[in-house]
Amino acid sequence: MSAVDNTQEPTVSFWNDPKTRSLALQALMIVVLLLVGYYLFSNAAINLAKLNKTFGYEFWPRKAGFDLSQTPIEYTSDSSYGRAIIVGFLNTLMIAVLGIMLATLIGFSVGIMRLSKNWLIAKIAMVYIETVRNIPLLLQLIVWYKVVLGPLPDNKQALNFGNVFYLSKKGLNLPSPIFGAGAWMAIVGLIIGIVGALVIRRWAISRQMTTGQMFPHLSLGILIVVLSPFAGLLVAGWPMTFDYPVAGTFGFRGGATVLPEFLAMLIGISVYTGSFIAEIVRSGIQAVSHGQTEAANALGIRAGLTTRLVIIPQALRIIIPPLASQFLNLTKNSSLGIVIGYPELVYAGGTVLNQTGKAIEIVLIWMIVYLSLSLLTSAFMNWFNSRVKLVER
Amino acid sequence: MENSLAYVRTEDAPLLAPPANMVGWRGWVMSNLFSNWKNTLLTVVAGYFLYIVLTNILSWAVFRAVWTGDNRDACAIEDAGACWPFVKAKFLQWIYGFYPIEQRWRANICFLLLAGGLIPMLMPSMPHKMWNALFLLVAFPLIALILLTGGNFSLTISSFIGVGALLAAIAAFLPLAIYGMEEGIHKAKLGIILVGLGVFVWFASFGINFGGLGSATSALLLFAGGAFGLVQLTSSGNPAARANLKLWAIVAGGLIAAMLIMKIDFGLEYVETSQWGGLLVTLVVAITGIVASLPLGILLALGRQSKMPIVKYFCVTFIEVWRGVPLITVLFMASVMLPLFLPPGTNFDKLTRALIATAIFSSAYMAEVIRGGLQAIPRGQFEAAQALGLPYWNMMNLIVLPQALKIVIPGIVNSFISLFKDTTLVAVIGLYDLLNIISAGSADALWASSQTPATGYFTAALMFWVFCFSMSRYSQYVEHRLNTGHKR
Repeated sequence: MSAVDNTQEPTVSFWNDPKTRSLALQALMIVVLLLVGYYLFSNAAINLAKLNKTFGYEFWPRKAGFDLSQTPIEYTSDSSYGRAIIVGFLNTLMIAVLGIMLATLIGFSVGIMRLSKNWLIAKIAMVYIETVRNIPLLLQLIVWYKVVLGPLPDNKQALNFGNVFYLSKKGLNLPSPIFGAGAWMAIVGLIIGIVGALVIRRWAISRQMTTGQMFPHLSLGILIVVLSPFAGLLVAGWPMTFDYPVAGTFGFRGGATVLPEFLAMLIGISVYTGSFIAEIVRSGIQAVSHGQTEAANALGIRAGLTTRLVIIPQALRIIIPPLASQFLNLTKNSSLGIVIGYPELVYAGGTVLNQTGKAIEIVLIWMIVYLSLSLLTSAFMNWFNSRVKLVER
Repeated sequence: MENSLAYVRTEDAPLLAPPANMVGWRGWVMSNLFSNWKNTLLTVVAGYFLYIVLTNILSWAVFRAVWTGDNRDACAIEDAGACWPFVKAKFLQWIYGFYPIEQRWRANICFLLLAGGLIPMLMPSMPHKMWNALFLLVAFPLIALILLTGGNFSLTISSFIGVGALLAAIAAFLPLAIYGMEEGIHKAKLGIILVGLGVFVWFASFGINFGGLGSATSALLLFAGGAFGLVQLTSSGNPAARANLKLWAIVAGGLIAAMLIMKIDFGLEYVETSQWGGLLVTLVVAITGIVASLPLGILLALGRQSKMPIVKYFCVTFIEVWRGVPLITVLFMASVMLPLFLPPGTNFDKLTRALIATAIFSSAYMAEVIRGGLQAIPRGQFEAAQALGLPYWNMMNLIVLPQALKIVIPGIVNSFISLFKDTTLVAVIGLYDLLNIISAGSADALWASSQTPATGYFTAALMFWVFCFSMSRYSQYVEHRLNTGHKR
């Protein structure tokens, strides 16, 4: 074999030069890709011409003529196709953001329960994780929608929770706040609260550095931030009232309604993703070597502080990257809303696609939106990850 | 001095038995359930919760359940639990879909062959893993394809010529792989030029529409190029040449033989894919996805590690695009967009479209799983292979991939589990997979009652759970086996 022929000249010949080879291979690849691309696009051009269609988004401002059940911005069947897609996008965002929050809450609680010293609690958490993880999300969504929320009583016999919340097969009715003049004081209060909490934190840390005395600045800070908007409202003379839902003959008047589709989506997607997050949290905490706990004990640090100052910061580093990919999965899984009729991006786009026949255009919108959501989430998580990352020597 | 002590014990005092509430089941209960008041409270609350859940499930599924009946009348009674006669009546349909009843033995044979191939594959102690894998990845899909559809595909002569020309084109480049670039180019020059000309004529004939003439010329050129390469190899006594020639002959022979087998009329009745359904479709989609994604995923993972920027960025883009979008949009794409990009007149059935979508989608995920394995192989392995003078593909085939693929077996099983669960999404393009057929069955007027959907979905959940849970246990078992102490 000439490749190992050591009598050859040490100078590399033109053909054996890895640079030439890789250049030739890449040039070949570009040519093949261009040819395949040309082939596909010429087919598409022929097919579109045959169907008397053109590529373009001229359908965007045309009248949609269909209704969407959940509209965060104003939308009627007179609105445009474009607005329908935007409404769908906002609904996707809504379920993604709320779902991520709820799933994280469930996941962290169950993950910690899984590590509980109480055998029963740990086993219940395990059964929850192993059951929910191994059943398709779509099946779970359908069950929440049709089997759990579906058989609920009608509007008239709605389950009444203290005349404030009503749950029926039409959804969850709850009071909506009405803000009067001076409600902006709540925001002012919140800002003052955040600044105040930060100041206290700074003071507490510097005092601990000098005197060693500790101060519960974290819990106090959270309390201040939570209470400050209400304090702001109080100063302004409480310009906020609630509009309570009132049962009428044809459903509820007043208040806000959460659609059953939204409820099923939110519960289903959070319960499902929560089971994955729970496993991530459990393995993250378990991955912190036991020597760390022992070292903290040896230094005389209390158990609660050991968890907060020693275990959690190290576990977070392991937890965050897979957590980010779970958040991405949840966002992508929100597209299953189409199956139970939650009007998210795929549902709205699919309806537009059916009416206009603009397959390529709609699929492109979907791909671009989901890809950019993915990229944004991973960019944010990378930034966060680099903040908590171990600073190595 | 020695008498100053009144009493000195000369032997150890006997050990006292531990307190009764520290050992045995009582000790276990005390330390695990009631160690302090907080724990006791938790146990009581959790126990009550468990009691409520379990009694409700048991009461629904067993005590209040309806066990016999022929139609909805049996189940549509006051306060009824699960409607089990519904499951009994529909179960075979959930397995086979609308596959003709007298043809179901064909699906049964496929299930048996799959089990027969898979079980020894999963048992680490069974020998002949290579033959086993070949059966599962090559022979089984072919047999299943013919059995399930009925075979007798109308493959034209030109499709044989097309595949033959492709094989010939590969043969023309074989000398390069054996003699190295310089000598190889020298020997295979004529063959490569002929192949290049053939490819050029083929593409040119598309644009200018030469029709059959262009394709025929191009096929002739390709065959001539391939023949030239083969002559170069057979005439040399080089053992490497003979080995490569053998491999090429096996692949070429196998491909042509497979096409011939697909063309043979076995006298099986043709069963349209629209008649398939239930577990059959779920398994077909999941297994095709995973079988197709293995080779594609390996190529993409290797490409992503490549030092050639164009290869690398092509693979990165491909992987990230498909991983960044939900499977539902990929399915929609295959269903409504793919036909637009194919030559006018080509038409796939729904199942094929779903298979294409899942294959592309899962290959992107598989590529990332395999990349994890490649990155876990120590750099020294690559360097040792290079120091021995192994060319790239030999280094990968002989040294790196065998090790990398072995560590990613749990990852492959895990991605199979998520693919298996994701197959439920094919319902959105109108296929009747296990979940969709159960949904459809629950709406059957003959059986409709308030408990029918719940019973159907409960059974579906149970079936999916059994499959996924056993696979996840298997993956944990392999992980444990592979974890031989030198984990990094």
